[in-house]
Amino acid sequence: MSGTQTVAAEPERTSADPGSESLPPVDPEFHELGGAGVAAKYGLAVAGKRPNPIAYARRLWVARYFIVTWATARNQALYSGSRLGQLWQVLTPILNVAVYYLIFGVLLGTSRGVPDFIVYLVTGVFIFNFMQTAMLYGSRAISDNLNLIRALYFPRASLPIAITIIQLQQLLIAMVILAAVALAKGEPFTWHWLLIAPALGLQFVFNTGLALLVARFGAILTDTSQLLPFILRTWLYGSGVFYSIKKMVAQHPNVPGALTWILDHNPPLMFIQVIRDQLIRVPATTDPKAAADYANAMYVPAHAWLWLVFWALAVGIGGYLYFWSGEETYGRG
Amino acid sequence: MANKKKASSAATDLIVVDGEELTRDEVVERRSKRRAEAAKNAPTVVVDNLHVHYKVYGGSGATRGAATGALNRIIHRRKHDALRDVHAIKGISFVARRGESIGLIGSNGSGKSTLLRAIAGLLPAEKVGGVYTDGQPSLLGVNAALMNDLSGERNVVLGCLAMGLHPTEIKEKYQSIIDFSGIDEKSQNTSLRPMKTYSAGQAARLRFSIAATKLHDVLLIDEALATGDAGFQRRSEDRIRELRRNAGTVFVVSHSISSVRDICDRAIWLEAGLIRMDGDVDEVTEAYEAWSNG
Repeated sequence: MSGTQTVAAEPERTSADPGSESLPPVDPEFHELGGAGVAAKYGLAVAGKRPNPIAYARRLWVARYFIVTWATARNQALYSGSRLGQLWQVLTPILNVAVYYLIFGVLLGTSRGVPDFIVYLVTGVFIFNFMQTAMLYGSRAISDNLNLIRALYFPRASLPIAITIIQLQQLLIAMVILAAVALAKGEPFTWHWLLIAPALGLQFVFNTGLALLVARFGAILTDTSQLLPFILRTWLYGSGVFYSIKKMVAQHPNVPGALTWILDHNPPLMFIQVIRDQLIRVPATTDPKAAADYANAMYVPAHAWLWLVFWALAVGIGGYLYFWSGEETYGRG
Repeated sequence: MANKKKASSAATDLIVVDGEELTRDEVVERRSKRRAEAAKNAPTVVVDNLHVHYKVYGGSGATRGAATGALNRIIHRRKHDALRDVHAIKGISFVARRGESIGLIGSNGSGKSTLLRAIAGLLPAEKVGGVYTDGQPSLLGVNAALMNDLSGERNVVLGCLAMGLHPTEIKEKYQSIIDFSGIDEKSQNTSLRPMKTYSAGQAARLRFSIAATKLHDVLLIDEALATGDAGFQRRSEDRIRELRRNAGTVFVVSHSISSVRDICDRAIWLEAGLIRMDGDVDEVTEAYEAWSNG
């Protein structure tokens, strides 16, 4: 069999004279069944089609090693340029506490009518920061990792989820610092502290939902990451991190009831209040002013835990479905 | 050059394939046998009248960054001035089967890379309703950097995890991936340095090594072999042949006609988003060379 004979014996149809029409495929089965017919016969799927939400969750579960390894590597890379390296993971929350102590405890000397102010403040800062950073980094999850997305296929929700895991890792270090501050400030260690774990678990689900939500916003509109800091700052002041919302509302009798209700059920404030409630012991006091301050500062709405479960599930599932429905579009950039 | 090859049917120059020395005729004979066998295999990629449209920003005078322009658009509720529709693929159909290695050739901007991205499922589905694949094809592109601020070692682990390998499997294969890429040959700790310090060739070699670890059903290679040195190119060509033998399908986009001839059995020539020719690699590349030379 010589070279030329082989070429002549090829069943393929080729043309050396290119026209303006694209050549039809030379495949006999394609002629017989058509493209969709061949695909159906051999069980081929439409390229890049997203699976249903449950199959997608299963793919995420398969990708769990990738998610955790990516999160850990990202976390390490974050400080790799600095001389103290990983020490910053511990130093950052300590310095945060130091700055707030200096400003509110020493310079202003004010607790704004909030008892146990340092523990109150630090809890608020750390818990709100968990949500804030998950959203800020989440909004850039797609645009910052386009190279990775275009290079390899993996469920894209891995990225916002991994970003929230990174923030959870940082929060856990911060919570150790918070525990030390609470003990130093004379709060007793009680079994109530154990309830912080499920509260953080619910907040993790809630924050993952938010990160997924803003990740898709950020992929559609790159201006999201510019706009988000302003939204988050407004939310920060509405979440009673530095002061007691209840006390402020009490000072303004004209606040409509609906607004009070919304302020009370604002998810980050609820997470913060429930965790403050576990940490800060309310002493028995006969002084009516002190009792009112404690009542305002430690106010937790009725059925708070049920509300936390509701917020976690609503935002978690909502964010998941919203991100999932855009799965095919993220490689486009 | 192409004509000379065809003329010398009693070729005396030997070609080394997978360590075997073969004459030109033997190479051609084996190729036609492989193609005849592959034609009976199950298809892995079916492309049925594929059209791809891109929306492109920029290109005309108005730029996205200009604040006055953006404000103007918002006030007048106009669509983006510079939004243009580019019809990159204009109705392409073909079938690729297991055991085939297909070279995509054509001049710059003919739609080769777009076609690969459509096969990889990276373009929105409504635009690529005509692509059906078996499983998830892996796209290996020259620009597809992984994570530049992480070390090569971390990138190997992450890349393998993203392809769905189990951590214990990665531990077994890690050394062979590093050895295959050859990045540690000159200095022992290259694999521990951040990937942003790598040369283009080193990074491309590592990426190829990671992707070639797994036996893919469909592997799409976009100019990824162009940057390696001669030794690495030979190793990667051997690896592609191995993937093909394991009943995978390999697509190669390359401007190097000789490497397409070495790796591929079949070639598809794209021009302006249309297929001009589809068939035996020697025939198609010869026609393409004749066309582009004059």
